[in-house]
Amino acid sequence: MKTTDLDTSPAAGNGLLDRRFFLKAGAAGGASLLSAAAHGMQREPWMQVPGAGMSELGAPAAAETDLVRTDVSSRPGTTGSGVSRTPLQHLDGIVTPSRLHFERHHSGIPDIDPGRHRLVLHGLVERPLSFSLDALARYPVVSRIQFLECSGNSGALIAPQPVPGTASSLHGLVAASEWGGVPLGALLDEAGLKPGARWLIADGADAAVMSRSVPLDKILDDAIVALYQNGEPLRPSNGYPMRLFLPGWEGNMSVKWLRGLKVTAEPAMTKDETSKYSDLRDDGVAELFSFPMGVKSVITNPSPGLKLNARGIYQVSGIAWSGNGRIRRVEVSADGGRSWADALLDEHVLPKCLTRFRSAWKWDGGPAVLLSRATDEAGNQQPTRAQVLEGRAVNSFYHYNGMQAWQVDGNGELSNVYA
Amino acid sequence: MSTLKMIALAGLVLPAAASAQDGPGLGEPLTAEQVAALDFVVMPDGSGLPDGSGDARTGAELYRQHCLACHGENGRDGVSDALAGGHGTIEGPVPEKTVGSYWPYATTVFDYIRRAMPYQEPGSLSEDEVYALTAYLLYLNEIVDEDQVLDRATLPAVRMPNRDNFVWAFEARQGR
Repeated sequence: MKTTDLDTSPAAGNGLLDRRFFLKAGAAGGASLLSAAAHGMQREPWMQVPGAGMSELGAPAAAETDLVRTDVSSRPGTTGSGVSRTPLQHLDGIVTPSRLHFERHHSGIPDIDPGRHRLVLHGLVERPLSFSLDALARYPVVSRIQFLECSGNSGALIAPQPVPGTASSLHGLVAASEWGGVPLGALLDEAGLKPGARWLIADGADAAVMSRSVPLDKILDDAIVALYQNGEPLRPSNGYPMRLFLPGWEGNMSVKWLRGLKVTAEPAMTKDETSKYSDLRDDGVAELFSFPMGVKSVITNPSPGLKLNARGIYQVSGIAWSGNGRIRRVEVSADGGRSWADALLDEHVLPKCLTRFRSAWKWDGGPAVLLSRATDEAGNQQPTRAQVLEGRAVNSFYHYNGMQAWQVDGNGELSNVYA
Repeated sequence: MSTLKMIALAGLVLPAAASAQDGPGLGEPLTAEQVAALDFVVMPDGSGLPDGSGDARTGAELYRQHCLACHGENGRDGVSDALAGGHGTIEGPVPEKTVGSYWPYATTVFDYIRRAMPYQEPGSLSEDEVYALTAYLLYLNEIVDEDQVLDRATLPAVRMPNRDNFVWAFEARQGR
């Protein structure tokens, strides 16, 4: 099948094609590859000598120099109180390689001796208990592919004028991994909850002993003490040897290097849940405990830094996620939101996970504004920027989930704009 | 197997089986003393606060030694978070969040300093020093007097100015 046989009839304005376009194009591409492989005796230089040998650790291709965390920064006077960001625009699929998973630390990455580390469970329990890593590893493990997003992700979008940035620098505090660990409910059963138990105060074995209060409802619903990420023991930057993992909720609560779990009747009102992760409204009232991350999506390709070099057909691809469950629908616009076409969702549409979406778009070489909007299975539709900001204080940046608009200019350069 | 042997074996496995239900039951019991040494949590009602005391006069010198380099003179204009000032700005066009203008509970100040500060040497301050620094930050925000002694009884009684401007977006229900 030649490309000219493909259906390029529009699905929405400014060149958006039917989402099934690439299903047909894929079949055509396969055929041409086969014919290329069937003849020709040419040898490229790397075909003329045996290649490199095996090694203990894999590494990305040397040419892929963009496969690094971006915008690595720490607060003045510190080296371990800051962030690094997932390079979203250089990735595809839904699982984030562990080495590229964003970081947000408060006092650096502790150098923990796994043999000495203990998880202690105390407070309103019948039996205060201590668990070693070896002990926890003997409990039945559950494993799920789920996203983790910092509540401050995308916060730069509250700026009155759009700031220059990439998908990574603006939205790179999100990632998805296969998280494996012990359901926390099993440990609470073993300790025995006392009457009146409603919250659990988690803290980490970092130098900040970072702490958050978590409702027991959530703990008993789907919280795990994670020991594994993407099939291997956690990396130090993600909480080795163990972290709390609370699917779909703001990342700060999934306390890394988990050491303390105190069952209480009330929240502790820690620094991070009052002075930091609270949402100030324009009437001076602040909301505490806004835990789930709202439905959201962003186009990662094309996006700023990835130039369109020629007019023609492009795949518009991105990620969508919701702390409320599965993504049900993603729509894409190429005309700044005047018209929309449904995107194709990749096969793995999992609850509280990144979902990959793809649209076909024919760029005519002229200006365009690309947007995506996601809807989750609870029926929540991703809001516009104006809807997110309505009623917020001017510098209230947590839980920003508005639609991202990328402007394409006549040279094929993309930039962050407000649509 | 004799009945006696069966009872003996049942006695060995019962404690774990009864407490862990279907789990391996590998948690090791902790004494109250062990828990106390591991428990950093200070609650708004003051539970978790240790013995000891301090006032702002003592705290001023400690602040100079341990905090000023990052948080600035009088808790303002440092490279790190502003700790004082901003009073009355929270409802205004440009809210300035500080301990005095925003934080709802005074106990949080103690809890956080004891956990995490000073940044380069967390855990190096005595309980008295943490009380004194807490008092100094509250004094800088005109919430306590320079001579007011803070301890496990008086600290939870301090009412923060912005306390009533918080609502809960989530209501926790009773656990199992």
